[in-house]
Amino acid sequence: MNKTCRIVNLQEEYSQLYQEHRSMIEDGAPEKMNALRAKAFETFIEKGIPSNKVEAYKYTNLQPYFKGTLDIAFSKEAALNGSSDKFHCSVPELDTHNVFLINGWFAHLEDAHQLPEGVVVGSIREKALEHPEVFEKYYGQNLGDDNDAMAAMNTAFAQDGAFVYVPKGVVVNKPIQLVNIMTGENDRLVFQRNLIVVEDNAQLKVMLCDHTISPQKFVINNLTEVFANENSVFDVYNIQNQHNLTTQVSGMYVHQKKYSNILTNNLTLHSGVTRNNIRVTMDDENCESHVYGLYLSDKNQHVDNYSFIDHAKPHCQSFELFKGVMDDSASAAFTGRVLVRPDAQQTNAYQSNNNLLLTQNAKINSKPQLEIYADDVKCSHGATVGQLDDDAMFYLKARGINENEGRILLMFAFAYEVIEKIRVEPLKENIRSLVEKRFRGEFDKCDSCVVCGHQGASVSCL
Amino acid sequence: MLVIKDLHAKIDDKEILRGINLEIKPGEVHAIMGPNGSGKSTLSSVLAGNEKFEVNEGSVSFNGKDLLDLAPEDRAREGLFLSFQYPVEIPGVSMVNFMRTAVNEHRKYREEEPYSASEFLKLMREKKKLVEIDSNLTNRSVNEGFSGGEKKKNEIFQMAMLEPKLAILDETDSGLDIDALRVVANGVNKLKSPERSTIVITHYQRLLDHIVPDYVHVLYKGRIVKSAGKELALELEEKGYDWIKKEFED
Ligand SMILES: Nc1ncnc2c1ncn2[C@@H]1O[C@H](COP(=O)(O)OP(=O)(O)O)[C@@H](O)[C@H]1O
Ligand SMILES: [Mg+2]
Repeated sequence: MNKTCRIVNLQEEYSQLYQEHRSMIEDGAPEKMNALRAKAFETFIEKGIPSNKVEAYKYTNLQPYFKGTLDIAFSKEAALNGSSDKFHCSVPELDTHNVFLINGWFAHLEDAHQLPEGVVVGSIREKALEHPEVFEKYYGQNLGDDNDAMAAMNTAFAQDGAFVYVPKGVVVNKPIQLVNIMTGENDRLVFQRNLIVVEDNAQLKVMLCDHTISPQKFVINNLTEVFANENSVFDVYNIQNQHNLTTQVSGMYVHQKKYSNILTNNLTLHSGVTRNNIRVTMDDENCESHVYGLYLSDKNQHVDNYSFIDHAKPHCQSFELFKGVMDDSASAAFTGRVLVRPDAQQTNAYQSNNNLLLTQNAKINSKPQLEIYADDVKCSHGATVGQLDDDAMFYLKARGINENEGRILLMFAFAYEVIEKIRVEPLKENIRSLVEKRFRGEFDKCDSCVVCGHQGASVSCL
Repeated sequence: MLVIKDLHAKIDDKEILRGINLEIKPGEVHAIMGPNGSGKSTLSSVLAGNEKFEVNEGSVSFNGKDLLDLAPEDRAREGLFLSFQYPVEIPGVSMVNFMRTAVNEHRKYREEEPYSASEFLKLMREKKKLVEIDSNLTNRSVNEGFSGGEKKKNEIFQMAMLEPKLAILDETDSGLDIDALRVVANGVNKLKSPERSTIVITHYQRLLDHIVPDYVHVLYKGRIVKSAGKELALELEEKGYDWIKKEFED
């Protein structure tokens, strides 16, 4: 059922919500999922929805966004709420295995038979029952010791999401696209919990695509745990494309074993308030991680990327690059926490955050946070804030290109570096044209899914 | 084609152009010479529409239009081209994208259909051959990591693509080896026609051996202090500027 909840005081109502609906929350969920709830709930209630008094959330006070009269689905029927569970992908050049979720709940997998042998894709609550050994080994094991309140909230409340398992040595050539569609007649709070396990020598690319197709206010708390085992290769592209009334807290927790190579890329093309928590734990030697992000915001949009690279073991390399373009009164924040533990000799960690502010009112707070406890390491970080280059602009004009076209070329040139890091060729092409459209102001986030072209309900753009 | 009358321009309250008068007719080649800091690049920038400089007096008409009234991009579309003394590097903007945008903006201005991708690439191939520019350069970002000579060749390539009515070459020859100099000169000469005019800003006679000027002007302290035929360039090469400075101070 859909429960409508009026949240005024946060903890008070969230506590009540959890306690009153506990049996529904637990109903049909895997044992391990339920086993972790109580402790997570305690952590969440103790810490609460973070305000900007919490150091890690200094630039994003989430409290106001988690208030209001919100619908919450405690069952699949309620989440789907009559929506068709059949969606269609109409962009042929983007050949993906498509998984559709509605309001955080698994709805439909297209062409399941085309998946390579042994690969499991489906609803986390269902697949956990079919593969208890995998689920119990990994679920909830990579949230780190920072006890993030939003991660705890997700663990306490989430009931469904996607499960992806790639067995040893299997290379999944086509990316798996997890499309989460937010819809409903009322404002809504959505939880989603994904678990992705890539076994030794396996390879997987995942696209997360969240979008809103009705004009209501959506508050999303999603969390994806990834385990990239020995010598695996894993990519995740989180394409964030929601209307301005959306608040999204998106957790990406990646755990790496020896010789694994991972890439995360948060492409925040359009959204109301976005907070990305990206945590990469390099828990073995010779891991390589690439952590990227591109945020394009205007009006009053706000994007906060909080990354935490944990170099726990020697001989690992991390490469971080976040770039943002802020227009109007948009604001953004970046925190790049890098922890090099005493053990982690011969660490290479590179970080940069570059920002382009198009107006006087646009704002960025950029904060590197290096904690280095080993002595034989190479770490570098750099943050820049700039405006469009006048000389470059004049050069373009002198060739007959007007101010507007010139701006688009230069903004695109700025964003380009992050787009080039995409390791899925057709997606790269797709993102290139979306980013260009975004800069041209032709980007219609209401009408269709940025990636699959799915048509949404006709709603006014917010 | 171009009529400059009593042009004054300043930056930060410092007057740099102090009353320039110059008239250029279709088909003519004018050389502007003069010591460093005399205002040659400022004149080019002001003509191209760089807003860093403020024009505080004078007028410029270009094919009957008030040039100073036009936005920089419209001056370009009207057929004015500046080959920059210091071309700007623009990482992330590909040469192809840059030139396609520029060419199609020009076409739009003339109410012509934009070129299709294949038409555009064909044009690009032709012009690349004309100016002997390396294919690799046009596959890169605009001027990024180009050598000095490559940047100058790239300016000439852009000129060939845009086919301006008036080209201003601001020290396009500086720092070029003989080979690159020949390429630049050929590029200019191949575009020469009775309708097209050129202003060559240079310190050296050697470019003027290839691009033969009808008139040579000396710019000094923001004014044209001497104008004559092509023989003036030879004289300057031989004697330097001191005699002109002296003449001017007197
Ligand atoms: N951006 C600028 N800011 C301040 N002064 C400038 C600027 N550009 C040029 N000038 C000054 O204007 C004068 C003329 O410069 P310029 O036009 O570059 O000379 P030329 O090209 O003949 O060597 C010089 O004194 C120079 O210092
Ligand atoms: Mg100069």
